[in-house]
Amino acid sequence: MAKMNLLQAINNALDLAMASNDKTVCFGEDVGVFGGVFRATSHLQEKYGRARCFNTPLVEQGIIGFANGLAAQGHVAVAEIQFADYIFPAFDQIVNESAKYRYRSGSLFDVGNLTIRTPYGGGIAGGLYHSQSPEAYFAHTPGLKIVVPRNPYEAKGLLLASIRDPNPVVFFEPKRLYRASVGDVPEEDYELPLGKASVLKEGTDITLLAWGAQMEPLEKAAEMAEKEGISCEIIDLRTIVPWDIETVTNSVLKTGRLVISHEAPLTGGFAGEIAATIQERCFLYLESPIARVTGLDTPFPLALEKEYVPDHLKIFEAIKHSIHF
Amino acid sequence: MPTTKNANSSSIHTPTFIRGDEFHFPIYKVLKQDGTTYRGAVLPKLDQEKALRIYRTMVFTRVLDERMLAAQRQGRLSFYMQSTGEEATVIGSAAALDDADMIMAQYREQGALAYRGFTTDQFMNQLFSNELDYGKGRQMPIHYGSRDLHYMTISSPLATQIPQATGYAYGQKLDGGGHCTITYFGEGAASEGDFHAALNMASVHKVPVIFLCRNNGYAISTPSSEQFAADGIAPRALGYRMHAIRVDGNDILAVYQATLEARKIAVEQNEPVLVEAMSYRLAAHSSSDDPSGYRSKKEEEAWREKDPILRMKLWLQKKKWWSEEEEKNLQESLRREVLETMKKAEKRPPPPLDSLVTDVYDEVPPQLAEQLSKLKAHIRKYPDAYPKSAGGLKHG
Repeated sequence: MAKMNLLQAINNALDLAMASNDKTVCFGEDVGVFGGVFRATSHLQEKYGRARCFNTPLVEQGIIGFANGLAAQGHVAVAEIQFADYIFPAFDQIVNESAKYRYRSGSLFDVGNLTIRTPYGGGIAGGLYHSQSPEAYFAHTPGLKIVVPRNPYEAKGLLLASIRDPNPVVFFEPKRLYRASVGDVPEEDYELPLGKASVLKEGTDITLLAWGAQMEPLEKAAEMAEKEGISCEIIDLRTIVPWDIETVTNSVLKTGRLVISHEAPLTGGFAGEIAATIQERCFLYLESPIARVTGLDTPFPLALEKEYVPDHLKIFEAIKHSIHF
Repeated sequence: MPTTKNANSSSIHTPTFIRGDEFHFPIYKVLKQDGTTYRGAVLPKLDQEKALRIYRTMVFTRVLDERMLAAQRQGRLSFYMQSTGEEATVIGSAAALDDADMIMAQYREQGALAYRGFTTDQFMNQLFSNELDYGKGRQMPIHYGSRDLHYMTISSPLATQIPQATGYAYGQKLDGGGHCTITYFGEGAASEGDFHAALNMASVHKVPVIFLCRNNGYAISTPSSEQFAADGIAPRALGYRMHAIRVDGNDILAVYQATLEARKIAVEQNEPVLVEAMSYRLAAHSSSDDPSGYRSKKEEEAWREKDPILRMKLWLQKKKWWSEEEEKNLQESLRREVLETMKKAEKRPPPPLDSLVTDVYDEVPPQLAEQLSKLKAHIRKYPDAYPKSAGGLKHG
């Protein structure tokens, strides 16, 4: 065991992925000597050489186009997009190419060896273009897996699993927690399963569901609720696609209430998809409407970021509203 | 540690702008329309066997295109795209490669696939989306692919294959080299950002890839004069410090020799190369458009006189490698073969219903399995509305 922050855990996972398979290649803007603007790829070029860890020109569509070809060729491509806000020039390559490679060729070719890492979310005073949470756009595209870790231990195990999963994965890293989240992380190689949610705390009155950086305000709100005698079951979804319907359903069948929270805007957010599925499966067991605590339907603000984000107080209020419905 | 790369420019002290109009890319030509060669032209070493493999593929492609367009007009096929007029560009370049080099095509390169040995049956199974189609009937006609023949399955979005070719070739280089990737695209697709991304990355990372632009004059209806203001596509390579050559795309010998040398640069020096083949799309863009709405018959006629297949035939005949009788026999046997295989392929059933949900992921996720079982229940309820798949379910 070692104490690592989330960045060190990512860096450690990449190191192990490259050490355990010499077909693994990491690249993106500034990931070479500099080790990435957040330093997630520190020392990898030093250790594995410029052929396997390198800077690319500043062109996201090129990075993912290149990554698709490299993965189709048989290498394990781990591409970094510097901020999730800048992934959109590569949207065509991800949505029309990565996601459809296997299907359209009848499995003659695939890019299952592709993992796209990208920091997402607010909390660093990043304004419109260094704060977005675009997971729902990608969740709407069959063929991709979408993974979001909440802490260093999870980040390492989920990233190693993503890199080795035989499907293209978009791996969203909560950049607010890069240095803020510190925890015990085994130094050896391990994987955490994709598509499996994790029940952090069992409870009987209400189910609270989120992923990534949003787990922190969710747990804080749960503490406040517990003080008022409300027993909360807390679930980290971990994988957005394919999401663990069974775990969430079983929990809501037990508690009869569900609050889902994400930083992304409300309309078209992934909470809507979860709510629709859960009301279908738990309709007669629900004690109150499923609540969504999310960002507003605006671009991500700067000066008023604190007001915008779905913080623990907003979640706490949603819990009480659900309980007293 | 790598360093900043400053332009190696000399200084000037009066503001002077450069537009590059003085520079025109020359066109490499070997074969004249009458089948003779230009005096002093560098000729490829092409033996009779290889020359005839190329020629037969060109004729096959022309016959396939004619028959399949006719089949589309008869309503037997939903869609088709001909490569008529560009056979020398596609087949001449493919012939200059090693058969294990990767091909990442746009969509009008059936000739390259035929050259590699894709059978008439394999073409037909894809065109008719039947149960034997490698793509499991998921993509529109002409979206061929073959892993055995190192031919990446076609994808409709334009230019996406170009940066992928850069990445694919980078992987080949990491594996120790010896092979390269060729990617084909039109002069219209070269306007896409993916083109520029691909060339720059290939040049920066020294990748063994050949970018082969089929400059055929039109992007659907848009003439190249409305696609770019500069002298075609080849000069763009210079901005990326890349080798480039412009070649007469209707000249089989020039295309073959240029690609042969491009491959040498790619594989031996790990350097990308851009080849711009000047040709003309004699047919419509696809079975869905009519060129009379955007270009003149006179223009088409002028290009028809530059037919690349006729040009090669005259050269073969001058070398006494090909006779009119052999031509007649080849044409007849190919027509018969295309018709017979078409009849077989169109009778074959579509892929099974389960293939609707396979290959989205490596395994069918539970959500998708559930969606499929709901769909099956629905089809069982209304079998007449889903005749393609209802039959397969009755016993299932």
